[in-house]
Amino acid sequence: MTLRKLLGVLAVALHAAPAAHAAENVTTFTLDNGLEAVVIEDHRAPVVVHMLWYKVGSADETAGKSGIAHYLEHLLFKGTDDMAPGEFSATVKANGGSDNAFTSYDYTGYFQRVAADRLGLMMRMEADRMRDLVLTEEDAATELNVIIEERNQRVENNPGALFSEQRMAAAYLNHPYGRPVIGWRHEMESLTREDALAFYRRYYAPNNAILVVAGDVDPAEVQALAEEHYGPLEPTPGLGPRVRPSEPPQRAERRITYADPRVAQPYVIRSYLVPERNPGDQREAAALTLLAELLGGSGLTSALGHELQIEEKLAVQTSAFYGATSYDPPGFGIYVVPAEGVTLEEAEEAMDRVLAGFLEEGVDAAQLERIKTQLRASLIYALDSLQGQARRYGEALTSGLTVADVEAWPEVLQSVTAEEIVAVGRKYLDRRRAVTGRLVDGDGTAPAPEGAAPVDPQSTEVTQ
Amino acid sequence: MIRVCLAAVLAVVLSLPARAVEIQEVTSPGGITAWLVEEHSIPFAAIELRFRGGASLDTPGKRGAVNLMMGLLEEGAADMDAQEFLVAREELAADYGFDASNDTVSVSARFLTENRAASVDLLRKALTEPRFDPTALERVRGQVQSIIADNAKDPRHIANATFDRMAFGDHPYGSSLNGTAASVAALDRDDIMAAHKAALARDRVYVGVVGDITAEELGPLLDRLLGGLPAEGAPMPKEAPWMLEGGETVVPFATPQSVAVFGHRGMREDDPDFFAAYILNHILGGGGFGSRLMAEVREKRGLTYGVYSYLAPMDHAELIMGQVASANATVGEAVEVIRAEWRKLARDGITAAELDEAKTYLTGAFPLRFDGNSTIARILAGMQITGRPIDYIDTRNDRIEAVTLDEINRVAGELLDPEALHFVIVGEPEGMGAGN
Repeated sequence: MTLRKLLGVLAVALHAAPAAHAAENVTTFTLDNGLEAVVIEDHRAPVVVHMLWYKVGSADETAGKSGIAHYLEHLLFKGTDDMAPGEFSATVKANGGSDNAFTSYDYTGYFQRVAADRLGLMMRMEADRMRDLVLTEEDAATELNVIIEERNQRVENNPGALFSEQRMAAAYLNHPYGRPVIGWRHEMESLTREDALAFYRRYYAPNNAILVVAGDVDPAEVQALAEEHYGPLEPTPGLGPRVRPSEPPQRAERRITYADPRVAQPYVIRSYLVPERNPGDQREAAALTLLAELLGGSGLTSALGHELQIEEKLAVQTSAFYGATSYDPPGFGIYVVPAEGVTLEEAEEAMDRVLAGFLEEGVDAAQLERIKTQLRASLIYALDSLQGQARRYGEALTSGLTVADVEAWPEVLQSVTAEEIVAVGRKYLDRRRAVTGRLVDGDGTAPAPEGAAPVDPQSTEVTQ
Repeated sequence: MIRVCLAAVLAVVLSLPARAVEIQEVTSPGGITAWLVEEHSIPFAAIELRFRGGASLDTPGKRGAVNLMMGLLEEGAADMDAQEFLVAREELAADYGFDASNDTVSVSARFLTENRAASVDLLRKALTEPRFDPTALERVRGQVQSIIADNAKDPRHIANATFDRMAFGDHPYGSSLNGTAASVAALDRDDIMAAHKAALARDRVYVGVVGDITAEELGPLLDRLLGGLPAEGAPMPKEAPWMLEGGETVVPFATPQSVAVFGHRGMREDDPDFFAAYILNHILGGGGFGSRLMAEVREKRGLTYGVYSYLAPMDHAELIMGQVASANATVGEAVEVIRAEWRKLARDGITAAELDEAKTYLTGAFPLRFDGNSTIARILAGMQITGRPIDYIDTRNDRIEAVTLDEINRVAGELLDPEALHFVIVGEPEGMGAGN
């Protein structure tokens, strides 16, 4: 790695001490080159999770180059001016660690899990490949085959995943969330080494990254190591705010049907366009989170499960889902997998009946209290997972939120009222602002016969 | 008050570079043994129960009974129907998981310290007083049927099911533990109650507990939780026959990417050569990036997103298995490359450098497994069911280090047999015919 000392680093001899935060054992600091860092202390075992998150994902790709963010993520394991292809992972392994990476709409992340005394080595290698990637044509071409096989495995071989792509494309007319993270196949096939490097040079920079370190570490030592390894890296100048094309008002209800002979279990699924958590403004997202729980979060005790699985016996499975942590507006989804002999028409009708009834009658206070109790407990259970805690911060900070937002979130959830929940339901659960999809068995040429766990579009994250 | 007969015979402190995993053996007043690791920094505990026998205890014609029974444990117990049970669990913010595999059924629970007594009591009701209400039975049966239908169109599942059927025939290992649409449709409440009596008994349970609980507290808890189960369950399943010869079987299925599973007979976990086989498999295809199969099939040729191999030492048969997926046009080449690697490794063995690398990784990664209360509870139950000593964690890396290059290369020649390797390929593989 070529070390290019920044003038700023030398000039500013005094760095602010890591700032302590209210929640847990969390501290933060920012390097002069713009790298933001979060340190989560957990001293139960001498293990550390080192994660580097870039504030770039598939939704930041140029139109026509879908899949480049994920392709680049694969190529980051190919080598640098200091490391041979494969050496990164081999070195992690030789130190008893494990490593991987993931790409989503809003972020790309790299992580290693190792003994805590190897943190410096991980940082040295991760900093090296932030700026000094070296790619041969041959490595790039071979890896292109690998990601196409990855698409085959995840998508082409899975009718539920193909359906999910079509639904997302229908949900977003203009916003890039309508393109799959892994890319459209025909565009993936024409991605080049130069495309990847151009994307890399622009977005892989300290001023576009979040460092999250969780485990048996001392925040001051983490900061010193970060100064040493990440401090000398040059930021990308002129990297402005992330502005993506946004959705025009939806004026027409959208409906799609996907028929595939590989479908065994048809279902109906609807996704409404709703707001996400925003900095300093998380109430609507919190209300939507609780709404998803009340409607379909916990199976039999939620509105859909109780009505359709227990009372009316029309469904084998029901659910509602909402991913509040997103850079731009996500979907709020509900689905019903009909019981044998129940048509998708009947299933959808029943789904709408339950929704209407819920918005009419309001929230069952005891159920809301149970959900809040479980959310409080989940904070305790979450302390058991280093990786989970690190991810919570990385995801939030690459989705436009701050550490303060992360720490406020549990309290915001607890303070949401029944009235607010019904209000967001009435405001957003409008079929004219939704896509309703049906997945059916068939070849798509004949009228679909009546009708796999549905694929949650918000969980579309692919790994190396 | 019942005095805790605290056997805590062994208390082993492990000098790992990771978390000091101090395992205590706790025997309850009623004679139930558990392995415990106290961890008081977070106010909850995880408990893992494993019952030997599992879904292979299904009697002829009743395939799917044990699996369906496990799915019904949380669907109503004692004076509560399914919904009331779930409400009670939610009020306590406890988590219970019930799972069936061919060799075991398992129960994984975690509960807050403040709700410990009530959470254990509720779980006790699920284990010892399940209702198996007719409406719940129909609901869960419908869910299982939906999974069976889904699996029938999933190339990965078809490949595994075909391999198992060809390898093990009528033994329970030869069929899916979900059962078939017909066998599940025919199960009645008596079958479910019989499966419950057969699979959940005190003579076959192994218990791991990790978290905010002391040995003194755990003893009586074990009796409350498990004391109501029958002392003995059904006789253990028989050894499985091995009926599969080397070759290739193509199952035609219209999909762009073929899925192949492959394997032949493996090695028992109590075999003195098991550690050598374990390291060998790590180098072959168990170690992800850098393993020979990943290097040859993915990294050099770009034929797949993933290829791996694993040792499957089960209670009644032992296998070495692997899996790969590749486009219909290239899966034939992937199969060739895998067979060639198998042959090369059997003939030439590994290098000293490969052995060093594998040992460094395996010994270094081992302490990192002990990550989180639930994970450690699963490891503790797993150690007991596989007959590991209580000090195993402290000696395991020495066993890895003790394996020599000569031993591994001898085992490579004995274990890996390219001629015996059978591939089941599901898809429309080009240049490969249907049949054997």
